[in-house]
Amino acid sequence: MNKVISIDESISHIKDGMTIMVGGFLGCGSPHKLIDALVESGVKDLTLICNDSGFVDIGVGKLVVNKQIKKLIASHVGTNKETGIQMNSGDMEVILVPQGTLAEQVRCGGAGLGGFLTPTGVGTVVEEGKEKMEIDGIEYLLELPLRADIALIAGERVDKYGNIVYYGATRNFNHLMAPAAEVTIVEAENVVEIGELDANDVVTPGIFVDYIVDGGANNG
Amino acid sequence: MDRDQIKEFIAKRVAKELQEGDLVNLGIGMPTMVANYVPEGINVFFQSENGFIGLGPAPLDGKEDPRVVNAGGQCVTILPGGVFFDSATSFEIIRGGHVDVTVLGALQVAENGDLANWMIPGKMVPGMGGAMDLVTGAKKVIIAMEHTVKGNHKILKECNLPLTAAGEVDMIVTEMGVMKVTDKGLTLTEINPEYTVEEVQAATEAELILADNLIKMEI
Repeated sequence: MNKVISIDESISHIKDGMTIMVGGFLGCGSPHKLIDALVESGVKDLTLICNDSGFVDIGVGKLVVNKQIKKLIASHVGTNKETGIQMNSGDMEVILVPQGTLAEQVRCGGAGLGGFLTPTGVGTVVEEGKEKMEIDGIEYLLELPLRADIALIAGERVDKYGNIVYYGATRNFNHLMAPAAEVTIVEAENVVEIGELDANDVVTPGIFVDYIVDGGANNG
Repeated sequence: MDRDQIKEFIAKRVAKELQEGDLVNLGIGMPTMVANYVPEGINVFFQSENGFIGLGPAPLDGKEDPRVVNAGGQCVTILPGGVFFDSATSFEIIRGGHVDVTVLGALQVAENGDLANWMIPGKMVPGMGGAMDLVTGAKKVIIAMEHTVKGNHKILKECNLPLTAAGEVDMIVTEMGVMKVTDKGLTLTEINPEYTVEEVQAATEAELILADNLIKMEI
């Protein structure tokens, strides 16, 4: 079993029209080298699931600027003016989702759950078109899981089985997206040998990871 | 007061609401200033919804680490005893009622506690981020804002902008006073002595109920 592949080889798994998830929060904890390679590849008509749309020159924002995204599912797009432009012109469909709902949709997608009930969004535009249920006198919205063809995530130290240790606030959506895609690719700041990670420190089990790319020292 | 003084005044008054051991989540902008005025002797924990508790002050020059940022993407620090987690855990904390106090700004607040602070159709559509979950899940929702915007009312009978959440606001703190959302309506509990009750009412579309023990707003 060899999961360590080149960035170019990893990106070749992504085809026009696929749905991808990308980890990170305003670029913190995003797989920057995989994103750059995806920009380079020119793959288009992607559906992107990400917390936000980054900045025009940081994180997944570059994919938006390069017009590779047909549909965006995110909680916040206000830091990337290009997203607003394409949203208003109709070139890109944007679905805005409360951040906690988005996180839980991704978690459900990886966890084999058919959905969940949340009070968030009741009485707002978020409830439009969704089933409402009352349990013990509290109203909830039924939210459905999200899955993707490919998840692009980032970790600080990753062993050759794909076990991931994170640093700082980079864990965010990365840990949740790892199980929620058909193929999960992790960009490691450092690839380490089996046994170098303390099993007590591993956050994301390597069984969720299909491919590992060596991103080199990459503190973004 | 100029605008900077107004913001400081509001932040200082909000900070007096914090109690020992509270888990607090502050919104972007003026609410962030509340962290500077936590009363002496009170220990609170600040959550950053992108994934940690123990949010500390900005790092010293040259000590920035882009892997430790707040929900606005700015480099921050984590205090001893802090903890990092993923986004699902972060929103278990938020949605699950484990945040004692959240402080947010507002475009509009209604007398029944409705809040609009995430979009202006056709003009500003940045997305709700974590605001809807925070307002829905936090035990106490405090709105910290200037009382009016360019002379227009922000505290209304009903919001006409898309809501962030319905009926979740507990308290509004402005440079004019402190208001609480009650079963009877919006109650003015404290007033800045620089203003009269008539002036506060004139700056408020919602009808204010005067608290029996209306007191001077102090910081």
